[in-house]
Amino acid sequence: MQSNESILKVRDLKINFKTYAGTVQAIRDVSFDLKKGETLAIVGESGSGKTVTTRSIMGLLANNASVAGGSIMFHDKDILKMSQKELQGLRGAQIAQIFQDPMTSLDPTMKIGRQIAEPLMVHKNMSKSKALAQALEMMKLVGITDAEHRINDYPHQFSGGMRQRIVIAIALINYPEILIADEPTTALDVTIQAQILNLMRELQEKISTSIIFITHDLGVVAGMADRVAVMYAGKIVEYGTVDEIFYNPKHPYTWGLLSSMPTLDTNGAELPSIEGTPPDLLDPPVGDAFAPRNEYALNIDTEQEPPFFKVSDTHYAATWLLHPDAPKVTPPEQIIARQQQYAKMQQELAEQAREHHVEEEEEQP
Amino acid sequence: MEDQNAKKVLEVSHLKQYFNVGKKDEVKAVDDISFDIYEGETFGLVGESGSGKTTVGRAIIHLYHPTDGSIKFNGDEVVGMKDKAKLQSLRQNMQMIFQDPYASLNPRMKVRDIIAEGIDINHLAKSKEEREKMVADLLDTVGLNRDHASRYPHEFSGGQRQRIGIARALAVEPEFIIADEPISALDVSIQAQVVNLLKQLQRERHLTYLFIAHDLSMVKYISDRIGVLHYGRMLEIGDADEVYNHPLHDYTRSLLSAVPAPDPEYERTRTQLAYDPKYEDGSKDRELVEIAPRHWVQASQDEIEMYQKRAQEQGLPLV
Repeated sequence: MQSNESILKVRDLKINFKTYAGTVQAIRDVSFDLKKGETLAIVGESGSGKTVTTRSIMGLLANNASVAGGSIMFHDKDILKMSQKELQGLRGAQIAQIFQDPMTSLDPTMKIGRQIAEPLMVHKNMSKSKALAQALEMMKLVGITDAEHRINDYPHQFSGGMRQRIVIAIALINYPEILIADEPTTALDVTIQAQILNLMRELQEKISTSIIFITHDLGVVAGMADRVAVMYAGKIVEYGTVDEIFYNPKHPYTWGLLSSMPTLDTNGAELPSIEGTPPDLLDPPVGDAFAPRNEYALNIDTEQEPPFFKVSDTHYAATWLLHPDAPKVTPPEQIIARQQQYAKMQQELAEQAREHHVEEEEEQP
Repeated sequence: MEDQNAKKVLEVSHLKQYFNVGKKDEVKAVDDISFDIYEGETFGLVGESGSGKTTVGRAIIHLYHPTDGSIKFNGDEVVGMKDKAKLQSLRQNMQMIFQDPYASLNPRMKVRDIIAEGIDINHLAKSKEEREKMVADLLDTVGLNRDHASRYPHEFSGGQRQRIGIARALAVEPEFIIADEPISALDVSIQAQVVNLLKQLQRERHLTYLFIAHDLSMVKYISDRIGVLHYGRMLEIGDADEVYNHPLHDYTRSLLSAVPAPDPEYERTRTQLAYDPKYEDGSKDRELVEIAPRHWVQASQDEIEMYQKRAQEQGLPLV
């Protein structure tokens, strides 16, 4: 279902915000591709630029924001150069978004059937009755029980999980090519979260949307993403397939993120944490922005920004530790355990492939 | 952490907290729950939103008047306590850390005065210099700079604000701290810092914690014992490791199976257990029964056998 065709190409994106205190460089040179049918997760702390990146894709930047450079190509057209009118044609039709808080993203005074039908009436000039009929189908698809009777209910009559289903129905009613999900389950309980994530996976198979998934919950990322991009201080510092990022991470920030999150198996007196706080982007530091919090920092980190080093065809990380001349460092225990697990998995895969190969050979006369 | 002889700091028995009593919209937010917290331990309370975990915390700290039941703190009955001196000592010995570090600090007060408010009310400082020194020491303790005392809350990040909230709770040297979702508003990398601080303070000051949260991995990590709440009832209590590794109640099993892990291979194979609330509907009288040693499950008389069998299947010794 996934293909290598990129439907969205973000290149060298730079976005600044003008504030009373000065210019905040929120996005500093971000590039990535989104392939058809895949789920790309963007992870990072608040303030790392995840949300600003997706807002620029939607053309929804705040008034004090300015694009200082770069391009966002969607079907050979630069979203950053589109007029308001063109953007309006795009939003809710080809690119749709689900927000974190389902209560504030619904209109409390409008019946939910009407809210789900609205994108059809706006973008496809559909008649109200026809749009409502489709809205009803969509409600059934996202699993709202007793949809016929509930179509005329208001948002406050639904629980949090049901509201998020309604938000998803609104986003998907036009079968968008790109769905941006910005912390869609953060406000929900784990059991409801699991339902919503399952729903998103199912719907993605049905309508083969590409999803950009923003979250800080690495557990959710592990279950949802095909590829992962890790952001820190307005930059992508590492990206790769979900297995590469979780089992063979190379950037010390990714190490820190992965080991500071307890799993149900974590024991011990002290949880490894990343000391300090993210840098002030009013005045981004020279060199690697993560260096002051990085126990593996090298001298060069404070002088020169690391470029991306290639780990594999799909895996890149921006840290000087990958430079051939860099000293060898030992990652934290948890990361070594993950690498060993990865090595084991690779070995098993290789063995399986070999057995498979042997079987095939035997079958041949 | 605790043994048979350990002192009970808090004894909650048959606590009921109803709202809108006698009206059509009566809510049984907490319905007949009992648990004890021993000195020096961390008791984790988990449950979905609406399960009543925050209500339990608020009832314990005397912010609500419980409908029925008893809450004993160091042997003294808290419910209906009227004696002013006793109330003041209760409030000094029991403190709370709140969920939202943005809403729980007065934006018009300096950090110094926020932290010292409890010191002033309880007359713990004899002079202005002593007060100043206590504030400075507290800031040191929670890992903030002494110069921060003259600043206002808006000048701090979420993690730093939560440290201010912790310093405020510590100012009156309490024995027992209720932490109501203290880290859920913080970033992952900052969460670990605050959890480490809470653990370090517990070791140094022999604090007892009631830790309320919905993040199951974090609760498991910080707690010695855990109670699982659902619809205002306690369904299972036991040592943290045992409840997580050998859950007995269907609800706990289903809840744990829904927790995503940062491990793609595990995620590909994880199956979520559906939950059928047949073992907690209102049709039977149920109470907490000790199935394995120190592992309690809510069960009716005829369900005990089933839970015993489950425990045996998982290799737990029976009582």
